[in-house]
Amino acid sequence: MLTYILKRLAVAIPTLLLLIVVSFVLMHSAPGGPFTAERELPPEVLANLNAKYGLDAPLWRQVLNYVWGIVAHFDFGPSFVYKDRSVNEIIAQGFPITLTYGCLSFLVAVTVGVSLGIAAAIRQNSWLDYAAVGVSIGAQVLPNFVMAPILVLVFTLWLGWLPGGGWQGPEYWILPVVALSTSFMASIARITRSSMLEVLTQNHVRTARAKGLPERRVILGHALKPALLPVISYLGPAFVGMITGSVVVDIYFSTGGIGKAFVDSALNRDYAVMMGVTILMGALTILFNLVVDILYGWIDPKIRY
Amino acid sequence: MALLEIDDLSVTFDSEDGPVHAVNGLSLSVDRGETLGLVGESGSGKSQTAFALMGLLARNGRAKGSVRFDGHEVLGLPPREMNRLRADRMAIVFQDPMTSLNPYMRISHQMVEVLRLHRGMGRREAEREAVRMLDAVRIPGAKERIRLYPHEFSGGMRQRVMIAMALLCQPDLLIADEPTTALDVTVQAQIMDLLSELQRELGMATILITHDLGVVAGFCERVTVLYGGRVMEEGPVDPIFARPTHPYTRGLLAAVPRVDDAGGRMRAIPGNPPDMADPPEGCPFGPRCALAGPDCRTMPPLAPFEGARARACHRPIEEVRA
Repeated sequence: MLTYILKRLAVAIPTLLLLIVVSFVLMHSAPGGPFTAERELPPEVLANLNAKYGLDAPLWRQVLNYVWGIVAHFDFGPSFVYKDRSVNEIIAQGFPITLTYGCLSFLVAVTVGVSLGIAAAIRQNSWLDYAAVGVSIGAQVLPNFVMAPILVLVFTLWLGWLPGGGWQGPEYWILPVVALSTSFMASIARITRSSMLEVLTQNHVRTARAKGLPERRVILGHALKPALLPVISYLGPAFVGMITGSVVVDIYFSTGGIGKAFVDSALNRDYAVMMGVTILMGALTILFNLVVDILYGWIDPKIRY
Repeated sequence: MALLEIDDLSVTFDSEDGPVHAVNGLSLSVDRGETLGLVGESGSGKSQTAFALMGLLARNGRAKGSVRFDGHEVLGLPPREMNRLRADRMAIVFQDPMTSLNPYMRISHQMVEVLRLHRGMGRREAEREAVRMLDAVRIPGAKERIRLYPHEFSGGMRQRVMIAMALLCQPDLLIADEPTTALDVTVQAQIMDLLSELQRELGMATILITHDLGVVAGFCERVTVLYGGRVMEEGPVDPIFARPTHPYTRGLLAAVPRVDDAGGRMRAIPGNPPDMADPPEGCPFGPRCALAGPDCRTMPPLAPFEGARARACHRPIEEVRA
């Protein structure tokens, strides 16, 4: 198991390097730059700035310098736009916020989604099932940039129950988490429902019933584990989707997370911040896929690492 | 009083093409300690009869009629009370050992939960008992192998585990639903020997569901021949096998391949089993029966003859022969 994890982490290094090189080259090949402004700078000033930030060197040199900075000093460079802030600082400020409501959304999506899916499967073709399926489809097709304004409209402006933006305490978490988690919750509910329905027809579930186990224990003790396998393989992409989906939430609810920094960096051609956030999200993706595979091995005894 | 009395049992499944009648007015009884063979080809309603009396029918299935176990009606029993009977007083060994054990759970857990549930044993005591039962079904190294998962066992060993699991609470009635169909021939014989030995030892009533008449001859005292969800013929094994009187029973017996018949063709019963969504009028075997006449368009009653035997046929063979 440990060797498997180490091996996977070892493979992650070339993956991340590839990610760095490709995004670096893509970014630099896009027209414009961090110092492009409406009023053109005098060429001498521009040359000085480029020299200061190392942009005058050939591209391969820049990539090497950048990677070296990360490997040797864990330094993702200075922001090209905010003069006194490094990328490390920008991420350190925004990431905890993103991680907080990302993880909360993840928890909400998984617990609510799985419970709803199980309930719908157990009461197949009942009003509960139809309601669950209907709500799921609705929630799945509603993008979070539509969801967010509706939530603010109802809960902030009409009912006045919850703040519509900011990040000062738990009551500020609710709307962003709902906006971010709903569509994932719906997908998880639908996957759980159909997979549970399939598992419930399997022979070993009939064996569990023949043992005289109460239905609750048949479902939770025998059917749930196999029913969760397809859900777990969805969790990898779902987690990444939530982190990237945070872009909309950040902007809409002014939560101050890393998504806002990401968008600003793209608009400002703030190369360093953009790279920093890209690498972070790439690393999270790799990490989470590893977690999913480990979970798989934990549930299915036929999988051995 | 018989241990199990099934009276006029019908099992119907709702399907998109209308109801499918798997079992139609079936009646039979099993005494304590008795071994009954339930034979018939695929789709004759053998397994569904077993599932109905354990309350294990699929969601779209419904059972009507009466099933009395130890004097108490079982059909329509609330789940809590049904669960008290299952595995404790009536247990079942399923057809396919490859899929009937939970692949995500150690054997120990799957066995222990039965004893904890019905006997209220602690984990250790239950595990000791489970190991003892695995020893009884002759799984070598049971003490260590109880920690394994089902996929770490061969098919025959898995069926032994299933049998051990079914016998944990020493039930009054064991239903063995084609326990050897999914296994290869040498293993089949081992499993049947084991079952037969355990049955004698524990003295439990056993219903053996099978389409293998050789197995019935070796294992059962009585046999009930099913076709189209109805009883065609029933009685003690020896006279029925020696002198079948129902054309269907004779067809079944004639279809058993013989060693001394080398190079011969298989003697199958011509035609196909009836479509139970649209069963034929009268005797379900009528359309395939060489002896059928116009009177076979009405269902013959199950009438006793020769003391312990009974058959449902307007044109039994003995009279034709005589």
